[in-house]
Amino acid sequence: MDETRNVKIQVKGVSKVFGKNPKSALELRDQGLKRPEILEKTGQTLGLSNISFDVYEGELLVIMGLSGSGKSTLIRCLNRLIDISDGDIIIDDEHIPSLSVKELLECRRRHFSMVFQNFALFPHKTVLQNAQFGLEIRGIAPAERDKTAREALTQVGLDGWEDAYPNQLSGGMQQRVGLARALANDASVLLMDEAFSALDPLIRKEMQEELLQLQSRMQKTTVFITHDLDEALNIGDRIVLLKDGEVVQIGTPEQILTQPADDYVRRFIEGVDRSRILTAESAMRPVRTTARNGDGPRTALHRMRENSVDSIYVTDRDRHLQGLLEAEEASRAVDAGADTISDYLTQDFRTVTRDEPLQNLFAMFSEKSFPIAVVDDEKRLLGVVVKGAVLDELARAGDQ
Amino acid sequence: MEIQSIPLGDWIEGGLTWLTTEYSVVTRAISRVTQTGIEGLNAGLMWLPVWGLLALVALLCWKAASPRLAIGAAAGMALIWNLGLWDPMIETLTLVVIATLVAVVIAIPVGILAALSNRLYRVIMPVLDFMQTMPAFVYLIPAIPFFGIGSVSAIFATVIFSMPPAIRFTTLGIRQVPVELIEAADAYGANRRQKLIKVQLPLSLPTVMAGINQTIMLALSMVVIAAMIGADGLGSEVWRAIQRLRPGDGFEAGIAVVILAMILDRLTQSLTKSRR
Repeated sequence: MDETRNVKIQVKGVSKVFGKNPKSALELRDQGLKRPEILEKTGQTLGLSNISFDVYEGELLVIMGLSGSGKSTLIRCLNRLIDISDGDIIIDDEHIPSLSVKELLECRRRHFSMVFQNFALFPHKTVLQNAQFGLEIRGIAPAERDKTAREALTQVGLDGWEDAYPNQLSGGMQQRVGLARALANDASVLLMDEAFSALDPLIRKEMQEELLQLQSRMQKTTVFITHDLDEALNIGDRIVLLKDGEVVQIGTPEQILTQPADDYVRRFIEGVDRSRILTAESAMRPVRTTARNGDGPRTALHRMRENSVDSIYVTDRDRHLQGLLEAEEASRAVDAGADTISDYLTQDFRTVTRDEPLQNLFAMFSEKSFPIAVVDDEKRLLGVVVKGAVLDELARAGDQ
Repeated sequence: MEIQSIPLGDWIEGGLTWLTTEYSVVTRAISRVTQTGIEGLNAGLMWLPVWGLLALVALLCWKAASPRLAIGAAAGMALIWNLGLWDPMIETLTLVVIATLVAVVIAIPVGILAALSNRLYRVIMPVLDFMQTMPAFVYLIPAIPFFGIGSVSAIFATVIFSMPPAIRFTTLGIRQVPVELIEAADAYGANRRQKLIKVQLPLSLPTVMAGINQTIMLALSMVVIAAMIGADGLGSEVWRAIQRLRPGDGFEAGIAVVILAMILDRLTQSLTKSRR
């Protein structure tokens, strides 16, 4: 992971025991006992065991696990709706477990907005009043919170619904209100607890897309809980995989798919991992523009600019792939007064055939950022695969 | 050998005597304030001409509920006037209004506290059971040494008898607020006061109103019984009819009570329902 990014939240060795004597349970845990044995011996449930991870500023971190994995407990530990039994959680410089009640309220108001699985909208308040809730709690003046809340409602596409009551809205729209309530609050971290799980699949997909768009605009640090791997792969910058209250793997969607940490993860991703069947062809896009090896550098540059790309594949008349021309090289060719680009091509890119398993493509992307060229047996260029398309294809396959 | 009976009654009497002598200043002050309230409200309602109050009640019924209730209420009140029971009806209404006000003012804060504190809840619920199952007449007896014969004693007994549902429903209403809404309020950093005012109270309002409705109904029934200790109103008409063995008069007054009860009940119920 990129080392230069700022860490927003540090979760350090967090454990949570549900019961009256957490110490005894944690001691047994340290002796190597697992959840069921601890429950049997102490009557207490080990909800979370020694969880550590960082949340980077501006990233969308997905915490994923099946029910009982402790993911809902974990997200509630972040803003201390649930007190932890051991470990530390640090946001910026604040140690959340050691805050006083008053400091905790202040910390929640400043740092955390939350979106809930079943929306948790206030039925006696209008959409606008719901969206204002966080600001109202913080004591913002009515005129200002009205303005901010209206802006948030616009962002989630609920213009004109300000005076409706939650029970007049569909599930998807209710969750938009929930999202608006969180956005209006402008806290530094957005917590989303299975926020889309209660929605039907189409609306859910739509909300995921909108969240990604919002995310690209606002770069809000987001912790998103889900039990759905497709959703995790689709929206997560990184994924923390939980099982029985323990972290199984932390990584980017690619890492989870290509380097599963253990059999559990492997079994887990099998449901989604259609990449064994999916091939390069399914993720392939037609090439928007190519150059001929006889073209002049200015022509090639022009085409790159037209299509907003910084490299272009070069073929001969019969579309046999000759090489790749980068924009910098093309400029050099112009400066050198070269007639054709044929001397400035690079072969430093990857080609695959159309039946190459999609899974293998991940590794190739980590080496080079160029699109991967898909060619037939005679090295004719059929299309290209870009990084996003691979994930997109996997997620789509998971939906079907 | 004879087993001595426990002198429970003596103890209670001793305690009451002690209270009345020690706190006579307090009880006399309460008595004076309440008496003034009763007389003031009575005078106010009597000052209004019959048709004036009738129109006022009809209008209120129309606005809060339906034209049907307005017509029914007007007809019922006209019947009461026709039977010559207008003044006793006003006296009864006054007692109900004041007793309900006092009961609600005490009950709602107590109900809120009992909802928020489990310990208080465990203390208060048996007390409420006691208050509700004790035969209503019994409250009349200690009222007399405290406040003497008359309307103030009636109010005292009525408040005690009619308060429990308002407390219970307030507690229930607040405890029924869905936990996820409480969690949402917590997540956004609401403190206890904000949670109560912005979330718990508004959401429990329909239940609280149902409790107040119950309190009004109980107050009405108690105010009638309180005629036994000299409270004015429709109850004393009934009481007189019993003593003179005149069933006709008794039923006339009884029907007036029923009419008053129905108007109050429908009116407060519609206030409950019209809330979102």
